[in-house]
Amino acid sequence: MTNVQMSVDGASHSDEVEPRLLLVHYLRDVLGKTGTNVGCDTSNCGACTVHLDGRSVKSCTVLAVQADGTRIDTIEGLADAGSSGDDEAGWHPLQRAFHTEHGLQCGYCTPGMIMAAKDLLAENPDPTEDEVRHGLEGNLCRCTGYVNIVKAVRAAAAEMRGETPKAEVTA
Amino acid sequence: MTAVDTPTGSIGVTKLRKEDARLVTGRATWTDNVAAPGALHMKLVRSPMAHAKITAVDVSAARERPGVVAVYTGADLMDAWKTSLPSVWQVTADVKEPPHWPLATDKVRHVGDGVAVVLATSAGAVADAVDFVDVSYEPLTAVTDMEEALKDEVLVHDDAGTNRCYEYAWDSGNLDEVFDRADVVVTRRYINQRLIPTAIEPRAVVVQPDPTSGGYVMHSATQIPHILRIQLAIVCGVPEHKLRVIAPDVGGGFGSKLNVYAEEALALALAAKLGKPVTWTETRSEGYQATIHGRDHIQDLQIAATSDGRILGYKADIKADLGAYLQLVTTGTPMLGAFMYPAIYKMEAHGLKITGVFTTKTPTDAYRGAGRPEATFAIERIVDDLAAELGMDPMELRRKNWITHEEFPYDIITGLTYDSGNYEAATDKAMAMFGYDDLRAEQQQRRASGDPVQLGIGISTFTEMCGLAPSRVLGSLSYRAGGWEQASVRMLPTGTVQVITGTSPHGQGHVTSWSQIAADALGVDFDDVDVLHGDTSISHRGMDTYGSRSLVVGGYAVHSACQKVIAKAKRVAAHLLEAAEDDIEFANGTFSVAGSPDAKKTIQDLALAVFAAHDYPQDMEPSLDAEATVDPENFSFPHGTHLCAAEVDTETGRVIIRTYVSVDDVGRVINPQIVEGQVHGGLAQGIAQALYEEAVYDTEGNLSTGSLLDYYVPSAADLPHFETDRTETPATSNPMGVKGVGEAGTIASTPAVVNAVVDALRPLGVKDVRMPTSPRNVWEAIQAATNGGAA
Repeated sequence: MTNVQMSVDGASHSDEVEPRLLLVHYLRDVLGKTGTNVGCDTSNCGACTVHLDGRSVKSCTVLAVQADGTRIDTIEGLADAGSSGDDEAGWHPLQRAFHTEHGLQCGYCTPGMIMAAKDLLAENPDPTEDEVRHGLEGNLCRCTGYVNIVKAVRAAAAEMRGETPKAEVTA
Repeated sequence: MTAVDTPTGSIGVTKLRKEDARLVTGRATWTDNVAAPGALHMKLVRSPMAHAKITAVDVSAARERPGVVAVYTGADLMDAWKTSLPSVWQVTADVKEPPHWPLATDKVRHVGDGVAVVLATSAGAVADAVDFVDVSYEPLTAVTDMEEALKDEVLVHDDAGTNRCYEYAWDSGNLDEVFDRADVVVTRRYINQRLIPTAIEPRAVVVQPDPTSGGYVMHSATQIPHILRIQLAIVCGVPEHKLRVIAPDVGGGFGSKLNVYAEEALALALAAKLGKPVTWTETRSEGYQATIHGRDHIQDLQIAATSDGRILGYKADIKADLGAYLQLVTTGTPMLGAFMYPAIYKMEAHGLKITGVFTTKTPTDAYRGAGRPEATFAIERIVDDLAAELGMDPMELRRKNWITHEEFPYDIITGLTYDSGNYEAATDKAMAMFGYDDLRAEQQQRRASGDPVQLGIGISTFTEMCGLAPSRVLGSLSYRAGGWEQASVRMLPTGTVQVITGTSPHGQGHVTSWSQIAADALGVDFDDVDVLHGDTSISHRGMDTYGSRSLVVGGYAVHSACQKVIAKAKRVAAHLLEAAEDDIEFANGTFSVAGSPDAKKTIQDLALAVFAAHDYPQDMEPSLDAEATVDPENFSFPHGTHLCAAEVDTETGRVIIRTYVSVDDVGRVINPQIVEGQVHGGLAQGIAQALYEEAVYDTEGNLSTGSLLDYYVPSAADLPHFETDRTETPATSNPMGVKGVGEAGTIASTPAVVNAVVDALRPLGVKDVRMPTSPRNVWEAIQAATNGGAA
């Protein structure tokens, strides 16, 4: 067993882990942070995407011991600290945009998709449709056909750039 | 026949989904997230061979491994099963239904077939231990090709005596006369390749003994909690009332979670045997072997027509690869397409033969569309090929033969009655959006200039039968269940409403749409309605979610239960307002007395009044709650026109979709945003079959595309923007006028894309390109055609 220490969504953790333990299983099984999902075993689907020191990684391709001493951010820490998950006002613009643009159906890929999109927008705050499509090609969605995911990412980007947020779609 | 209600209130407008909050914040309850303290982790030892006799299974070394609690072979568990895993569709009287035990006992029949099961105290321990189960195999010849299998030289099921599971033949009209009379007969063989559904959430199951009830609580990543409960009660001998099945948040299905799987039966049986919770989650690569596949048909078609383009009839000889075992609706999947080969065309005769074939591959079953994509692909492809043969524009040929909007209801040659439709309206709208004439002009230019990148235009004017299904029709087809659906409405005393549905959503947004239906019918606020589902102890009756049935049957049940609530409330209102019931009017949630606008009660007032129960009619119970079971009188027949413009590089074989336009008619729409999302997702899967996906087996029966590394599920970068729109021709078979939408995009889009690819290459002599239309398959088709052979 090996000791690992890391910050996860702002909380410090120190645990003894098997060296073979994947970061995603550390998050899910040791810390109980089940917001990050596992969708494959070949690092293709991206459902497990989290941020390691601010950059997106597929947490199924990182050993927990490799993340020792780092800062990990997951979907669970994306909304404003202290806000209830049900309070849309506290959500990150990407979370709000996926909701308003119907960028999710079953929602299983969504945590990874949003974390990957956040990294994409950090690099490119105003991506074209094509840039979003290529920027997210490591994340698979089987429900949406991606059109509304692309819309959501671009809508969130506009909001994050300080442009007028989209009006609510509700009637 | 029921009239279509006028849309009021919240129906027909986009309401943002109630489901999303937990999903975008990482707080969903996937089955793998369900905490079961002290659970044993289960893992199956799976066959690495496609076909082999099991000569010995030595589990002694595995039993000694750290953390291992128990190891069982197939033989060890035979007394745990009252019957084998179910196949519910007895498609013919003499269909071969060989037993399918949760673990193989005598021989293995596909790579991934379960041979033994290990239970250990952690996921790591069980993963380590399975490698210590020593199975001795005597290899047998694999049979992966249907036509080879039909020679019966290698038998998948020895006791069946044949690999021909069933043969179903059926024709109507004077087929021989029609083919004799035809000026043109086009003959084609289409290959509808094998696909892997790939719901992004892997399958998972957790079973916990429940000491309170003396029974079991099962969480499963399933589309069908109700069917699963009944079937597992039968397979495992657990009394049905002692088994509670919960489908929590479920991450996609597309048919792959419409089944009763070995792992579900094993988890229940072993939880019962050991008195401990049991948990299992598949890995993706494991699921590729152990979760159902889809499609895999060989379609030999002939279409007969007159020289001026009148379609007279067709003959379809379909071979369906069922794989090694019959899963829940393996036999019936091709049958769901059997009625659909006429599509939207008027004709005089049809002939159909379906042969279901056992092979040593993973079982096939219902994958998004289930039989209807196969049928639609074949007919829409051959109509294009017929147009080419006749030298007609393919849209012109379709217009000449389709059922016109004045002709509905229309009885097609296979006996279905299409209740409504307007193919002209959908097509006109799609053609305008697409810019058909301009694209044809550009195509001519590219052909004339010998551009290495040719342009093709593909059409699919599809319809489908969905909304499964009228129970009596299912009975007449020897399907061993009904197709009704159930809903209950609870009027709570503080004025809010709970709707309980028998449907089981896994991404479709039923909570939102059913809230809209109830809010609209009852005149209450959308946010004052909640919808409960997916737990057999809460939703006690249901037939679950598949076959684009949920809105058409389940939404109809919600609507119907609301009407019963209103009828009860009307009696209470008449009593309290001291008026005759006939004088009570109901609108926007308020009951009032005709002519006395001040005498009124809201439906919430009445819910509270019957809760207090101080004053209510003598001859009724003090409750407004109601439940309804509806059984549809007909299928639902969505239709639409899909147009694809594809650029095909004749030097590299690369296909790029330039424009994709779809105009779907799914009847009246409850939530436009959700409907559009369903179409988008359907298009992606149908286009993926056309361009990318294929489950490939080698001749030894190994799944060459055994992981997401090898099986090409498209990403955002691989798919185009879709331009979608709708026409709305209400269905007449339900009072809301709704039709199904979940499968429409998938059914329609595959032939639109392949027709575009073939259209681009016709000047080179190419008549078909095998799916997926990958660079290699396109290039090979070009080579075959230009080297003098037909593609």
